[in-house]
Amino acid sequence: MWRDALLVGGKDLRVELRSRVTTNQVAPYSILVLVLFGFAFDQDRALLTRAGPGLFWVAVLLCCLLAVQRSFAIEAADGARDGLRLSGLDPAGVFVGKAAAVAAQLAALEVLLGVGVVVLFGTNLRDPALLVLSALAATVGLAAAGTLYGIVAAGLRVRETLLPLLVLPVVAPVLLGATQAWMAALGLSSTDGWRWFVLLASFAAMYVTVGVLSFGTLVEEA
Amino acid sequence: MDPVIHLRSAVALAGRFPVLAGADLDVERGEIVLLQGANGAGKTSVLRACAGLLRVVSGEARVLGADLVADPRAVRRRVGLFGHATALYEDLSAAQNVRFALRAARRPADGAAPALERMGITGRLVAAPVASLSAGQRRRVALASLVARDPELWLLDEPHAGLDAEHRDLLDSVVGDAVGRGATVLMASHEHDRAHALAGRAVTVAGGMIGRDAASFDRRSPAHVA
Repeated sequence: MWRDALLVGGKDLRVELRSRVTTNQVAPYSILVLVLFGFAFDQDRALLTRAGPGLFWVAVLLCCLLAVQRSFAIEAADGARDGLRLSGLDPAGVFVGKAAAVAAQLAALEVLLGVGVVVLFGTNLRDPALLVLSALAATVGLAAAGTLYGIVAAGLRVRETLLPLLVLPVVAPVLLGATQAWMAALGLSSTDGWRWFVLLASFAAMYVTVGVLSFGTLVEEA
Repeated sequence: MDPVIHLRSAVALAGRFPVLAGADLDVERGEIVLLQGANGAGKTSVLRACAGLLRVVSGEARVLGADLVADPRAVRRRVGLFGHATALYEDLSAAQNVRFALRAARRPADGAAPALERMGITGRLVAAPVASLSAGQRRRVALASLVARDPELWLLDEPHAGLDAEHRDLLDSVVGDAVGRGATVLMASHEHDRAHALAGRAVTVAGGMIGRDAASFDRRSPAHVA
């Protein structure tokens, strides 16, 4: 499985490096989302700072949808999905590889967005370990859930509009948990951020497990 | 010896729609068999079912000894399907596409360069994104993947389409070489002259069913092909 995951993840990242969709379209889009939030709350700097973590994760969520759609669009073009099925690759490996590629793109975008949040909204860091680990768990959870629902929607003509409908309600706990964990890490709330980290890690573990076990069936049915 | 393809009353579904309605077919090792029939007769469905891409829900379907009714995935790594779609990643180069196909098939990636060269993909074409290649060049890259993987069963759906005369000859030669190495070929083609010259026999597909041999030809040895 790991060998196939490395192969598929490497291929997806190579496709993105050559097409530059993430760098030329998704990254500017994510910054634009933050700037628009900044415009909307411009007169209330304190509110912007307090809402920063939530706005950050909403922006990540929207980017996740784009990354997942892109991940399956490259398989839909010119029968590539049949090629992938015929290759004999382990479906669990395909799932892990595609989710890892989405997670890698999201992680890069989060660094960019993090800089944007600091510059635009202003934040102070209190618990860097919580910040990094909760971001890691949330990213894995988003990528795994997105990839799982991405293959569900992949075979449908209405996949572009269906994917957000499927994914957004499912990843609501990630948005909530990551926002709360980050608020604690940034000293914006007094809640125990590590409890939210446990939620994020559990979500990620659950969706990675479900994806590894069910992706093969979903690929066949898509 | 068991036939490479053995279908008996095979019923296959695409979604809920039956695309094979009780197909019977036996293909022996080393044969080149032509599927003929009108558009929509079910030729592509036969090929996809043999590749394990269409679910066979009843009847018998054994390909290379694998029971496709029980596990359609079992045979996939051992067959090669060359159809209307090229199954290439447009943003990757020709070489990257073929190397990916080889690694996925657990084959050494250094087989990519000779296969591309055999199919006339040389020079700047090797490193160019597939999106920048012509339709015929893309089909040759897809064929290079097939040549490099060297599957036991070649499933060819209109293989001559989109190729010029020189590369149609090359394709026939490649297929002949594969059969010479022990491969088996099942193909659908409307290029009657070329396909009949290549195939040892033909069967007719109509309404998702396969009839008895519609025509038999003298078996040609690979050396005489193309």
